[in-house]
Amino acid sequence: MAELRLAGRPASPGFASGPVVRLVEQKAHRVSSGDPAREADDLKKAIANALLSISALADRAEGEAAEILGFQLAMLEDDALSETAFQSIASGNAADQAWRHALDAEIELYRNGDDEYFRARSADLEDIRDTVLDHLYGSHSQISVPPGAIIAARDLAPSRFLSVDWSRGGAILLSEGSPTSHVAMLARARRVPMIVGLGEIPDSASSLILVDGALGQVIVSPHDETRAEFLKRQSADEEFALKASALETAAAITKDGTRISVLINIAGVEDLAHLDPNICDGIGLVRTEFLFGEGPGLPDEDTQYKAYRQMLEWAGARPVTIRTLDAGGDKPIKGLTVDGESNPFLGIRGVRLSLQRLDVFRVQIRAMLRAAPHGQLKVMVPMITVPSELDEVRALFHEEYESLKARGVKVMMPRIGMMVEVPAAALAVSHFKSDFFSIGSNDLVQYTTAAGRDIGAVASLADLRHPAVLKLIELVTAHGEKSGCDVSLCGDAGGDPELIPLLLQAGLRSLSAAPSLVGRAKLAITEFRFEKAGAGHG
Amino acid sequence: MNAPPLSKTSPVTGSALLTNAVGLHARPSVKLTQLAKTFSSVISVATDAAGPWIDAKSPVKIMRVKAPKGTTLYFEASGDDAADAIVALVDLVERRFDEADGDDHG
Repeated sequence: MAELRLAGRPASPGFASGPVVRLVEQKAHRVSSGDPAREADDLKKAIANALLSISALADRAEGEAAEILGFQLAMLEDDALSETAFQSIASGNAADQAWRHALDAEIELYRNGDDEYFRARSADLEDIRDTVLDHLYGSHSQISVPPGAIIAARDLAPSRFLSVDWSRGGAILLSEGSPTSHVAMLARARRVPMIVGLGEIPDSASSLILVDGALGQVIVSPHDETRAEFLKRQSADEEFALKASALETAAAITKDGTRISVLINIAGVEDLAHLDPNICDGIGLVRTEFLFGEGPGLPDEDTQYKAYRQMLEWAGARPVTIRTLDAGGDKPIKGLTVDGESNPFLGIRGVRLSLQRLDVFRVQIRAMLRAAPHGQLKVMVPMITVPSELDEVRALFHEEYESLKARGVKVMMPRIGMMVEVPAAALAVSHFKSDFFSIGSNDLVQYTTAAGRDIGAVASLADLRHPAVLKLIELVTAHGEKSGCDVSLCGDAGGDPELIPLLLQAGLRSLSAAPSLVGRAKLAITEFRFEKAGAGHG
Repeated sequence: MNAPPLSKTSPVTGSALLTNAVGLHARPSVKLTQLAKTFSSVISVATDAAGPWIDAKSPVKIMRVKAPKGTTLYFEASGDDAADAIVALVDLVERRFDEADGDDHG
């Protein structure tokens, strides 16, 4: 089998390697007695037993785990949860069917919420549902998970997490799930690497899988070289992590005294929940498409406004760079992106899509204009290829600004800048009237080398170290210095200690990385000294 | 939909603004219902002064409301310890359910 790379949302950092244990949702059978009184009695007993087994887990649990189980106990003790199930039994349905339908309806209420925190609680309701079903079926025939295993599943129940021995490592890979779920919190607390939203995880249970939780990256059936490199990184990681964590809230200054801004990349407000703003100089990239990928339909103006405002308030006086919708390419959005394009990476994505779907784009622009007075907002436009695209975006911002202002809505015009990820834009950078530039290194590398990072066979070609890529970055930083425009870089390279020296040497003074990589980035910066030719121009 | 509880004496009422980051969430809901259960009074909660009123002792029903930050919670209690119950519940909400700020996941 060829090497295969999967990308998901990081939920808990850390490395793991090993075979995969696939958890399949069980479908047990139970024969109904046909007698409503007996069915009701069976359900009552199952609930009582489920309460006992959750209490037993709760007695052994501490901290967050104890609170999660406490929530499950409180819900299951509440008759309101089983009310409809008992009504359904009284009208002739079997206990298991009645319970499943009642709980599924309750779970649906949570899943349909527009708040990710509430949606994430659906996993707790599923856990309650399944614990009671286990007792009804008398099964408990759950697959046992060996210590150190990498679990692949659609979603994982907190009680299931707590029943696994994590003392010998392991990891969690979910095709759905959420970084704010209870199980993600538990994973972070226990330092179990976890990635969510991986989509279909290929069935290769016997093969080796490598997991990088911080990057949200999974490599299935890796080549020997990939594996050796990964293991090297993993062992270096532990030592490095220790040194890096001490640097997290310090300013990043090179050995020769140049101050480098370190910003963070986030995908939503929830990424900030456990984060100290002092670890960064601002938010360098907000990926707004995640707002669009969840929940039913597209997010309305208020939902977006609230999310943007919360980010700005979190950051205070630090700048927050929000990227306009970057759908398409590897980020399809139902009902928005174009299906069946022969080559989506060269098709209607980023600003190209936004300018075609003005109905959707104007909503986002209004939300941004309204959020702007609450902090230091910068708006970044992805996939800009020619100057007229940026001019069109700016004109739309002005139009919406005037119309909101005329209606008495409090608005502010943010700085509007472009991403440099198309080589054509990098080469012609001086032609763009942009308030700032942000280099999107992932796409710039892919487009320059004509090699996809997600295609194992050519992934090694997609290397930022290619002199052509570094030359393009230098063109942009040189233009920035000449014109007085800020230049920053967002992309995986910004958090990669091996690449950071090259980025600094290429003239970058501002990098944006995943929050979990900030410490490492700062460590790499503090250990760096400019080569003579590039020294001092910071 | 529950009607506001009736009693011989008029019910005691109170209200408080939800200011914790993610609103009436799992952990706050459990705390609120646990506190309500320590009183013998019939206690209802609503997100609008006009109702609908919800049993403040039912975490399942309270979670269904999905009350976000910035919602005003209205309380109504009838019974011997109604006044104490309202004071305690309003105080709990105003203390942000004793949650650490920005750490409202539970």
